[in-house]
Amino acid sequence: MGIYSKPVVFAVTSALVILVGTVVTVFVPMFMPSTQPVSAYVKPYTSIEQEGRDIYMREGCSNCHTQTVRPLRTEVLRYGEYSKAEEFAWDRPFLWGSRRTGPDLNRIGGKYPDSWHYRHMQSPQSMFEKSNMPPYGWLAENRLDTSESFRKTQILGYGYTEEQVKQQIADYKAKVTAPDYDSKATRDQVTPEALRGELTEMDAIVAYMQKLGRDVKSMEAQR
Amino acid sequence: MNDTGYDYSVVRGFAFSALFWLVIGLVIGLWIAFEMFNPALNITPWLSFGRLRVVHTNGLGLGFGLAGIFATAYYMLQRLTRTPLPFPGLAKAHLWLFNAAIAAAAVSLMAGLNTTKEYAELEWPLDVGVVIIWVMFAVNVFAILIKRQEKQMYISLWYLIAMTVTVAVLYIVNNLAIPLNLFKSYSLYAGANDANVEWWYGHNIVGFIFTVPVLAMFYYFLPKATGLPIYSHRLSIVSFWSLIFAYLWTGAHHLMLTPLPEWIQTVAIAFSIFLIAPSWGSVVNGYYTLQGNWDQMRTNYLTKFFIIGVTFYGLQTLQGPLQGLRTLNAFFHYTDWVVGHVHMGTMGWVAMVISAAFYYMIPRITGRELYSVKLANIHFWLILVGQLAWTITMWIGGIQQGAMWKATNPDGSLMYSFLDALTSLYPYYRMRFAAGVVYFIGILVFAWNLIQTVRQEPSAAAEA
Repeated sequence: MGIYSKPVVFAVTSALVILVGTVVTVFVPMFMPSTQPVSAYVKPYTSIEQEGRDIYMREGCSNCHTQTVRPLRTEVLRYGEYSKAEEFAWDRPFLWGSRRTGPDLNRIGGKYPDSWHYRHMQSPQSMFEKSNMPPYGWLAENRLDTSESFRKTQILGYGYTEEQVKQQIADYKAKVTAPDYDSKATRDQVTPEALRGELTEMDAIVAYMQKLGRDVKSMEAQR
Repeated sequence: MNDTGYDYSVVRGFAFSALFWLVIGLVIGLWIAFEMFNPALNITPWLSFGRLRVVHTNGLGLGFGLAGIFATAYYMLQRLTRTPLPFPGLAKAHLWLFNAAIAAAAVSLMAGLNTTKEYAELEWPLDVGVVIIWVMFAVNVFAILIKRQEKQMYISLWYLIAMTVTVAVLYIVNNLAIPLNLFKSYSLYAGANDANVEWWYGHNIVGFIFTVPVLAMFYYFLPKATGLPIYSHRLSIVSFWSLIFAYLWTGAHHLMLTPLPEWIQTVAIAFSIFLIAPSWGSVVNGYYTLQGNWDQMRTNYLTKFFIIGVTFYGLQTLQGPLQGLRTLNAFFHYTDWVVGHVHMGTMGWVAMVISAAFYYMIPRITGRELYSVKLANIHFWLILVGQLAWTITMWIGGIQQGAMWKATNPDGSLMYSFLDALTSLYPYYRMRFAAGVVYFIGILVFAWNLIQTVRQEPSAAAEA
């Protein structure tokens, strides 16, 4: 019974035994095209959308919301077109989630106007009396920190120049602070007066919500 | 130190750390269970559900589970090798650094530093700390095995070696990330790959922390507590190797019907079904060990913990593969059924075996009699009833939820809104909270019993 009296041999053998399944199902697929399909329709996040995504992660939204619609009839009816691998090419990390205390969000982009999201984030219960979602109105009280926005897009390989990132930030700020912004009244309602001319964390998470699934809709429209 | 030369101070330190994090983790569990039907409890960002849920899972999985594993591992390693700890100073540093890391993890998660990879939420500086802590442990494990007085390595040691090696591989591969600054990093993998790596990790970290080392405890403490040898050595060998081989193929059963390539999902289902065999190998080995001595279920309080515990392990390892099947998964996944499943394993199997191991171990390392067997029995019944009420409530709630998501009208349209399904679960969430309180009281009795045990005068009889 050699191996049971040789701890180092035993450890090496154990390591080899656990690596068989690991190599076949995890390491090899890393280099296969089927796990990283590319699509011309799926664009990287803008820096504002990425900031919103980071806030989504910080608040642990993925504990309650999934971001993957399964190819099941009722699921497609409820949420929309089922999720495809190429949609997630820019997602580091993936946010598919494992639990639906709240609905799936993979097709939420464009489903509601911005004003809906501002109101819902501030007080989910004002929209759905019996919702158990925590209120996130305080996000509108935090100025959005964009000091690292460019470095984020660099690390994530989005290929923007620093100028492009600055432009994205300026453009989005101009959009949500414009007097003719279609969700102005609601935004003003949830945003403290001092921050109404600035970008807030709330603005970023709303931008992220509106991005989810939008590329797929354009992809389907083209097909 | 005592006259045998064994170092039990670190065993004791980890055991009481485990108790401490168990109580904290359960308080947070009760808090988030309450938030599930009353969102008014989300009073600050730090106490909001999204942030606290990960404090609950990390606090109990790593704080309680790992501390319990380290406590029993340091005990079993010394006894099974008949060798004192080679580096007691290192073990002591391991104890302190471990507790500091768990505290830092809790604070950082509440502050929103969260990578969002399930069961691997810690940001990279803490990941580095975890790796250092693991190396400190591994040095003691391998040093004591190399210096050992006992030639053959008993079953429990195989499981401890497998855990030490596998957790290191899993943790490092899954947590590879590109740092932005001290507080934030981005995963090295993207999209479907990231998901595949994450659930390879997620499933196996549960396996190699909540199954493998707990089986090590089971194989050591069951014969000790009952005075009966393990039924079949050969069965343990077959179970061990097939378990650690098959486990690593199954992670993708968490990703059924997602954009992950279908062949990976199918392989995962096949191996999940296969995994029933080695799991039940250990369950059967446990039951047969007791053959002819089933009266111990009445006379020996420890036997009850072990046998009911391993029964939950057996049920868990049947339920797991079944809900991995595509059709059943399509119904159950993302519902509260899965939450019920997880908690049968953790509140049933893991907590029962660790409880019994502590009841056996603490009197022996401190030279004191257990304060109260009667309280240990009360603890047993409270956590059994609490856990059953908890999981069964979630199973029923999960079935209802799955059915409501799938229900359609004759014209093919959806019968219920998402919110209809959610709000219909609130009564179950209230029941679950009540069951959690019962369970928590059981754990308080457990903690009280052990604290009173070490506060007593030493007794000559207890040192065996």
